[in-house]
Amino acid sequence: MATLESLADVLRSKNAGPFQITIDIMFNDETAYRRVRSADALNPRKVAEVYKVAPEQVRIIPFDRVRAIKITMPRRWGTRGSGSGFDRDVYGAQQHGPLCDIEIT
Amino acid sequence: MEELRIVALNGNLGYGYDITSLEAGLALGPQLLGGDAGSTDAGPYYLGSGTALVKREQVRRDLGQALIRARAAKVPFVIGSAGMAGGEPNLQWVKEILLEIAREEGLNFKLATIHAEIDKALIRDALNGGRITPMEDVPALTENAIVESERIVGQMGTIPFATALEAGADVVLAGRSCDTAIYAALPIARGYDPGLALHMAKIMECGAQCAIPLAPNDSLLGIIRKDHFLIRPLAEQRICTPDSVAAHTMYEQGDPLVIYEPEGRVDLDQAHFEQIDRQTVRVSGSRYTPAAKLRIKLEGARRIGYRAFTIAGVRDAAVIRNLDRIEETVRGAVRRNLQSSVRDEDYRLEFLYYGRDAVLGELEPLRHIAPREVGVLIEAIAVDQLTASYVLSLARSSFLHCPFEGRKTTAGNLAFPFSPSDMAAGAVYEFSAYHLMDVDENMQLFPIEYEGV
Repeated sequence: MATLESLADVLRSKNAGPFQITIDIMFNDETAYRRVRSADALNPRKVAEVYKVAPEQVRIIPFDRVRAIKITMPRRWGTRGSGSGFDRDVYGAQQHGPLCDIEIT
Repeated sequence: MEELRIVALNGNLGYGYDITSLEAGLALGPQLLGGDAGSTDAGPYYLGSGTALVKREQVRRDLGQALIRARAAKVPFVIGSAGMAGGEPNLQWVKEILLEIAREEGLNFKLATIHAEIDKALIRDALNGGRITPMEDVPALTENAIVESERIVGQMGTIPFATALEAGADVVLAGRSCDTAIYAALPIARGYDPGLALHMAKIMECGAQCAIPLAPNDSLLGIIRKDHFLIRPLAEQRICTPDSVAAHTMYEQGDPLVIYEPEGRVDLDQAHFEQIDRQTVRVSGSRYTPAAKLRIKLEGARRIGYRAFTIAGVRDAAVIRNLDRIEETVRGAVRRNLQSSVRDEDYRLEFLYYGRDAVLGELEPLRHIAPREVGVLIEAIAVDQLTASYVLSLARSSFLHCPFEGRKTTAGNLAFPFSPSDMAAGAVYEFSAYHLMDVDENMQLFPIEYEGV
């Protein structure tokens, strides 16, 4: 077992437009990438549970060419999109936290 | 070999760039110098208020040095999404700076200004005619949202840019634009493959962000040919690699394998990236499919109220343990105090606890672990600034003196870093529109104005 944070070389989040958050998990090492890509822990149901969104709103797209996994989902904060009332993270740059400690077998 | 050379100034006008990189680029005799000046990233405020994120002096510096050199080299200079949001006030603000520089430097050129604000009546008709589609995870557009918007801009595609360049404009200053249109318009107009042109443009719009070391504040060279394009940073110390260029399509995009633009989509699953020298990557295989119908992305902002906030620290362990109870008491006290003067629906009050869960809220897995120190941010949004400041003031004093069981810090619960402690933060906006509108053609929506400077 290892945490996702310890296996990934880039683990970042960012707005993909004002209404979505996109998380990039990137690996220098092919073995680590394959390990996470095939792990059961990283599926839409699990991600949806962590971010409290519906599983069908979570898209997980692997990008083998650069050993990266992209996760896109609705933004959780703000009354209507980024930078609206009571947002927590206008650029969406610190929303990857809940994934860091996910255990990968 | 037939080719077009294009230089990207940097990733955002105002972020700065290395003059030697720009000069190295212009020395190669490019057919175009481009600069992207906008984004929705910093929120709806800039569209709503018509102001820019970057300061005037930043824009003056970035624009001035590039304009003087582009004119000397006789290279057309294209700026997209002027003034961050690309609305009319944003566009006019940049134009005023541009004209000021031209006057001071004695520069003469043909200027094309392309407007991007869309008539609300047109959008309302499109809504009623079923020609509006929300982007993913965006609430449906309503007639109210259109009417209440301060302004709505459309992201122009390549056609208005190509038209202005065809008309012989030396400088093109455009309102809200697709980032790719700035760089893809010329190659597409000259008959290069749109898939390659749009893919190259997608990489170039962030300046040298795709290089190692990455730098949105440095220049990048793109060379497009019949069946491939080349990407190379213009600073000696930077390189591009197949991985760094391929990975760039991940950035700020929902899907790493498809680029969606008004003209069509570009599929990257067959794209091939190859190192051809120390700094340069050759890209081929990006596949273009034209869109069945032309669609323009709309961005609108409306004012939802005015904000006041304060920030203070807590070090007392009992206060930290009782934050939720204190918040509840404060909300009650504020409501009771306002009863006769401000209606419940005219304001909203929220509390963020930095050190506990301010960034992730209920998603924070470790929010049960009590930190030693907490930063309390109290935010009020109300129908006007006076009310917001009034609500905040009540909440702040109630929090400071709020009693709770086991309280020993009876002189005050909060450590304020500032006097005065409260900030009146002005208007708050939200994205009222982030939708696609089906259109017949581009030109009427984005009128071009030509003038001799």
